[in-house]
Amino acid sequence: MKLDPNRRQFLKNATRTAAGVCGIGVILGLQQHQANAKEGVALRPPGALAEKDFLAACTRCGQCVQACPYDMLHLASLLSPMEAGTPYFVARDKPCEMCPDIPCMNACPSGALSEELTDINDARMGLAVLLDHETCLNWQGLRCDVCYRVCPLIDKAITLDRIHNDRTGIHAKLIPTVHSDACTGCGKCEQACVLEEAAIKVLPMDLAKGLLGRHYRLGWQEKQNAGKALLEEQHPDGLRPAFDARMPEGQVEPVYQHMKVQPDVKVATPNRATYDYVPNPTTVDAPEHYPNLDLNIKGVK
Amino acid sequence: MATVKTTPNKPKDAGLEARQKLGWWHAYRFLILRRLSQLSIILMFLSGPLWNVWILKGNYSSSMLFDVVPLTDPLITAESLATGYLPEWTTIVGALIIVAFYAVFASKAFCSWVCPMNIVTDAAAWLRRKLGIRQSAKLPRNLRYVILVMILLGSAVSGTLLWEWINPVAALGRVFVFGLGATLWLVAVVFLFDLLVVEHGWCGHLCPIGAAYGLIGAKSLIKINVVDRERCDRCMDCYNVCPEPQVLRLPLHGSESDSPIVLDKDCITCGRCIDVCPENVFAFGSRFEKQVQVKNI
Repeated sequence: MKLDPNRRQFLKNATRTAAGVCGIGVILGLQQHQANAKEGVALRPPGALAEKDFLAACTRCGQCVQACPYDMLHLASLLSPMEAGTPYFVARDKPCEMCPDIPCMNACPSGALSEELTDINDARMGLAVLLDHETCLNWQGLRCDVCYRVCPLIDKAITLDRIHNDRTGIHAKLIPTVHSDACTGCGKCEQACVLEEAAIKVLPMDLAKGLLGRHYRLGWQEKQNAGKALLEEQHPDGLRPAFDARMPEGQVEPVYQHMKVQPDVKVATPNRATYDYVPNPTTVDAPEHYPNLDLNIKGVK
Repeated sequence: MATVKTTPNKPKDAGLEARQKLGWWHAYRFLILRRLSQLSIILMFLSGPLWNVWILKGNYSSSMLFDVVPLTDPLITAESLATGYLPEWTTIVGALIIVAFYAVFASKAFCSWVCPMNIVTDAAAWLRRKLGIRQSAKLPRNLRYVILVMILLGSAVSGTLLWEWINPVAALGRVFVFGLGATLWLVAVVFLFDLLVVEHGWCGHLCPIGAAYGLIGAKSLIKINVVDRERCDRCMDCYNVCPEPQVLRLPLHGSESDSPIVLDKDCITCGRCIDVCPENVFAFGSRFEKQVQVKNI
C-alpha cells in the first residue's frame, strides 16, 4: 500500500506528537506517583544537614549507601519518598544500627553528612514520638515496654513514666516517654514495636517538635532556677476585698498555700545497666490461705 | 581528488562501504573500543558490590577511585556551589581532577567514552537510520547551553540542585549499582525522544552535562583531524553517523582558510567518522596545525 505523501507526512507528525506527549506524560506521571510511595517515614542518615542544606550539598553518589555495613540505607529512585538519588532509610524496615565509627558519614565526599558528628549518640536523624495512645499497649495499662527495652539509650532517650491507671484504680501505667535531648532517631523502637503498625514512629525533627513561644516561661522552672517564688508572697492588699467580695456570705477566701520548691528527682525504672537488678522470683509458693480448699467443684471422681 | 558521488549513501548504509572496502574491524574499531570503555567503567562501579573488589565507589555523580582519588561531576559541583553551599574539599578536588582531565584530554570525551546514556542514544540513532526515520522536530543545538545556564541560575534561586531530580544520566548510572527503579521509564523516554521526535535530541540538543563538558574541553588537545580533504567523495557516511554533524562541515568542506581540524567544542571525539569513512579522510590527531603525526590503529 503506497500512501500519498501528505497522508504519510500527517501520520509521521501524528506519531511523533503522540510519542512526545506520551514522554511528557510518563515524566509527569512519575512525579504524581511519588506521593503514592508509602513505605513509612523516610529519614536521612546520621549527620545529615538540615533538609534544605542537605539537598544543596548531597551529590547523589550513594557512597554512604555502599558504606553502610547493615544495608539499611537506600538510594532514592524517581518514585521514592525522597528526591531522586538521595539516601534515606525507613526505620520500621531497618533502623540505624548506630555504628560508633559512622562509616556512612565518613564516606560522604561533600559534607552533606557532616563531619561535625563525632559521636553517633549526637546524631539527630529524627525524633521518636509515641503517636498512638489508643493502640500502644503500655497506654492500655499493659507491660509491653519493648520500645524502651530496645532503645540503645535506655533510660536516657526513652524512660517509663508512671501515671495512674484510672480504669483499674489500683495500677500504674508505665508510659514510654521520649526525651529529645537524647533520642537520636535511630528508629530501633519503631522497628521493634509489637503492633501491626508501630505506635511509636520516628518523625523528622521539624514534624516532631513543637516550639514554645520565645517569651514563654514555665513558673516552676523559673522558681527552681531562682530558688524562691518570683511572685509576691502575699496577695496585694488592694485585691483582698475584691477576693472576699466574690466569696459566698460568711465564707472567706481560702489561704493560698505556697508551692514548696522540691528538687526535680527522676525516678528511673530498675535498670540492669546501673545496678544489680534482681528480678522478682517467678516461682510461686504453695497457697496457704485455704489449705483444704477442694477445687474439684464438679465432683469428678 | 576522489570522484564525487552523484548519489550519496543512504543513512541506513552508513559504514557499509567502509566495511566492504577496509574490513569489519576497521569500520567498527572505535565504536567497539568506546563500548569497552563504557562497560569497563560500569564494571569498575559494579565490581565492589558484586565481588567486593572496590575500584570505583559511588556512581557517575561522585566517586572514589581505589578509595584515594575523588572524582566529581563538575555540573553537580557547580550546582552545589550555585546554591551557596561550599562542599568539603573531597568534592571540590574531585571536580577539579575531572575538569583538568577533560580540559586537557579530548573534546567531550566523557560523552563518547564514559557516559552510559551514550549507549542508549546511539542505539536510538542506529534504529533511526535503519528504520529510515528522517524527519525530526527542530530544536536549536545551542539550547543545551541555555539549559545549562538556566540550571545554574535555578539552583541559585531555589537553593537545591535543580537538575538532579530528573537527571537521566545520573539516574542511569545509579541503575547499575543501586538497582533499576522507575529510572527505566526515564531512559525509555530519552530513547523514544531520540528515535521519534528529535534526531540526536538528548545528547545533541538538551543535555546540560554534555554542554558543560563541551565548555570544559573546548581547548582540549586531542581532536579529530581531516587528513586530506581531497580524498572525500561526498558519500555522506560521516554526516549520517555523526551525532553532531554540524561540526564536520567546515573542516571537511570549508574554504581554504578553514582549519582541517574539527575544532568545534560540540564534537564528542567518538571516532565514528574515522570508522565509517571508506576513504580514510579522518584520523585522531591534536588540535595544533603543525602536528606530530598520530598513528591510528
